Amino acid sequence: MIESYIPIFLVFGFAILFSLAVVFSSSLFGPQRPNAEKMTTYESGVKPIGLANERVSVKYYLVAMLFIIFDLEVIFVYPWAVKFKSLYAQQGIQVFWAMIVFLTVFEVGFLYAFKKGGFKWD
Amino acid sequence: MNDFLFYIIVALVKIVIIANMILITVSYLVYFERKISAWTQNRVGPNRVGYLGLLQPFADVLKLLLKEDIVPKVANKFIHSMAPFIALFVAFTTYAVIPFGPSITLWGKEIPLMMADVNIGILYVLALTSIGVYAITFAGWSSGSKYSLLGGIRSSAQMISYEISMGFSIAGVLIFSQSLRPMEIVIAQHGWMWNAVLQPVGFLTFVVAAFAETNRLPFDLPEAEPELVGGYHTEYSSMKFAAFFLAEYANMIIGSAMIVTLYLGGWQFPYVETFGFSPAVTIGLQVGAFFVKMGALLFFFIWVRWSIPRFRYDQLMNIGWKVMFPLSLLNLIWAAILAMIMK
Repeated sequence: MIESYIPIFLVFGFAILFSLAVVFSSSLFGPQRPNAEKMTTYESGVKPIGLANERVSVKYYLVAMLFIIFDLEVIFVYPWAVKFKSLYAQQGIQVFWAMIVFLTVFEVGFLYAFKKGGFKWD
Repeated sequence: MNDFLFYIIVALVKIVIIANMILITVSYLVYFERKISAWTQNRVGPNRVGYLGLLQPFADVLKLLLKEDIVPKVANKFIHSMAPFIALFVAFTTYAVIPFGPSITLWGKEIPLMMADVNIGILYVLALTSIGVYAITFAGWSSGSKYSLLGGIRSSAQMISYEISMGFSIAGVLIFSQSLRPMEIVIAQHGWMWNAVLQPVGFLTFVVAAFAETNRLPFDLPEAEPELVGGYHTEYSSMKFAAFFLAEYANMIIGSAMIVTLYLGGWQFPYVETFGFSPAVTIGLQVGAFFVKMGALLFFFIWVRWSIPRFRYDQLMNIGWKVMFPLSLLNLIWAAILAMIMK
């Protein structure tokens, strides 16, 4: 079983070497003539005003929280989906209802976030 | 031991072949994108370098290789070089689990036509696409430019929003395949039992999510040129820029390969066994079927890019959370009901 993962590690090794080669080749072949103007960040031709490490709108934080909740839900669904057919053959319709109950509980959470304005982006 | 050595050699040969295939397809995908966009806009497109401009991709790489690598003074140097590394790494490793043909028998041993036939294939793809978000976020944050930062934040919000509907769409596929192994997902779609036929809504949500995950128009807000210059890769030049460029096109190929594997029957060629060809020709036709399907989808990706305008940020998030998420959930329930009926 474990030997089926060996090619994965070989691919990882190959990808690491290739990506490192690409990233390093950028400073290897090109000219290196830096000057103060060139090293500033691009701001449509005017002098940059302030730094870019400002605080970020809290809305993005909310999106990240919602993502974690619903992505976990997806992971819970996967084992059920893989085993659904064989479990249905053994135990009948209750396998289906069990998942409907689980999804309903989560959708109540979705509707709550919706009602609280978690999905307003303007 | 001999078997083990054979196994390693076969794996290495497959990696070398597939890696070269990826690099060549990516180069020519860029070329075809430029050609197709030219035809769409009634232009000629690249036609100077080589016959019909066919050597253009190599000229582009050579040009980028000889450019100066400019890193802004305010940038975080380590993370700034880390970001293109992650992007390329993810783009190359995801190919490992995509089957492009059935198993072949060589010297009495069975060899599946994919890099690694692991039983967690789909989870592996999902995990790597999640790592891909880091590349863009790091690139946006570490550049120290406002355009990059905005592009990076937008893109991470967009990618994580569409990952949910992507996950639910895949769950519908898993009900029919009863396995996370990509090879078995393809085998379960024998004949015309393609998942695109069985669950068209899931197919639709997955395709839209794939467009959003690859940051392609109409979802290319992270690099919306008129408002954000170059988005997260504004401050990248030389081969680091090429790395992002390569990764974007490689992701497009992965996206269409995943759509083919999950929904369009992978390498299945309906009724090929009734034609009465020899096994070698049958396998050749099946591998050909995979690449024809993938090429058609890649053309579709490019076609959409040059036909549909970009969404606004709030429209994009509304579609992701209020349309795609419920639709993919309904598709999951539909797939379960269908599996119960067809039993």
